[in-house]
Amino acid sequence: MSKIIKTDALIIGAGPVGLFAVFELGLLNINCHVIDILDKPGGQCAQLYPEKPIYDIPAYPMISGKDLTDKLLLQIKPFSPKLHFEVLASKLERNEDGSWIISTNSDLKFHANIIVIAAGGGSFEPKKPNINNLEKYSKHVSYSIDKINRFKDKDIVILGGGDSALDWTIQLSEIAKSLTLIHRRDNFRGSPATVNKVMDLRDNGDLKFYVGQVTDLIGDDTDLKSVYVNMKDKEFQIPCDILMPFFGLTMSLGPLVEWQLELAEDRIAVNTETFQTNLPGIYAVGDINTYPGKLKLILSGFHETALMAHAAFKYMNPDERLTLQYTTTSSSLQKKLLAQ
Amino acid sequence: MVNINFISSKGVLTKADGLVGETIMECAQKNDIYEIEAECGGGCTCATCHVYIQKEWIEKLEKPTEMEEDMLDFATNVRENSRLSCQIKIDDKLDGLVLETPESQF
Repeated sequence: MSKIIKTDALIIGAGPVGLFAVFELGLLNINCHVIDILDKPGGQCAQLYPEKPIYDIPAYPMISGKDLTDKLLLQIKPFSPKLHFEVLASKLERNEDGSWIISTNSDLKFHANIIVIAAGGGSFEPKKPNINNLEKYSKHVSYSIDKINRFKDKDIVILGGGDSALDWTIQLSEIAKSLTLIHRRDNFRGSPATVNKVMDLRDNGDLKFYVGQVTDLIGDDTDLKSVYVNMKDKEFQIPCDILMPFFGLTMSLGPLVEWQLELAEDRIAVNTETFQTNLPGIYAVGDINTYPGKLKLILSGFHETALMAHAAFKYMNPDERLTLQYTTTSSSLQKKLLAQ
Repeated sequence: MVNINFISSKGVLTKADGLVGETIMECAQKNDIYEIEAECGGGCTCATCHVYIQKEWIEKLEKPTEMEEDMLDFATNVRENSRLSCQIKIDDKLDGLVLETPESQF
């Protein structure tokens, strides 16, 4: 049974802009749940460049992606947002009263009055290698391990040389029928302990390791039988039931493309007065949106959340008058911010 | 100006004027070389500005750093002459450089 969570706003994306949206909506008493496909807050800041300095955040001559994320989390703490990680929004349905039901890839469902899409470049998903017949045998290509039993007594070929590739090599060495690791060079970027373990597996004969690339998948109509390996000086086939490529993550709009949102060049089109999309009560802020003059800056995303929050308030409370209040002087805002 | 020659996967040549100090990736973006994505904007964190340097030029470039090699692991169809264009700074020695862009960065 899936659990339905009722909330004023569901924010999709826990990057800097999604987090700041919690703040702007919170000032207007709109409570938020936030979902993100990653396992931690910060979005690209956390995933792509946690240690790299950012120089164009006002009042911070230099700040790392990690610090920016930490400070935003601190800033939104008074509003006690509920953050849900490793959750991907999948399906959207509209209720008769205009509110929305959002299904996810987990057993969580949300019933929200408004949705704020702050999904940056889209959701992170595993990068698919460019190998012949990859689509044809997609059922035999796995980018993560869900049910470990599926890998028992199989011929498994792992591609890549990063932490994921090495960790799964070690993990699967205990249950696979045969295990092969293929990487483009004989250097790995895992921790020394992990690399040593993998080398031990190779030396003990539990793992075959080749420096090369897989270029083709071979099988019958339905089942994968082997992969074609291309090395510097030779080419050959090895038996394979399951292929596991680990080439990092890329970003795509994912299930959002099915939501009937008006898109322009793979971004969501918005009205710059309200940051609403073509669907009532659904807003888009940050890198995921586009409008004339759009700049993909964290700075712009912050600005967009303020306008979005005011528009969302009016949308949710059409009869109420909203006056702009300042956090420096408004006693009611200060009460909210200092509550904790 | 440093002449940089981009050959697309379809074989189309674009001659670009590079500035000393900018990266090949930045030069590509200014010249609408659409086969270079540069998703992360030059942080060496995404491997989507992958290019193939023409053989005779490869020796004239500084060797890739360990960071670049690590990130190349995540590029598609990596060959011996693969580089990430955001990690190559243009200098006068590169005048006439020829490189090819891959059909896909993913």
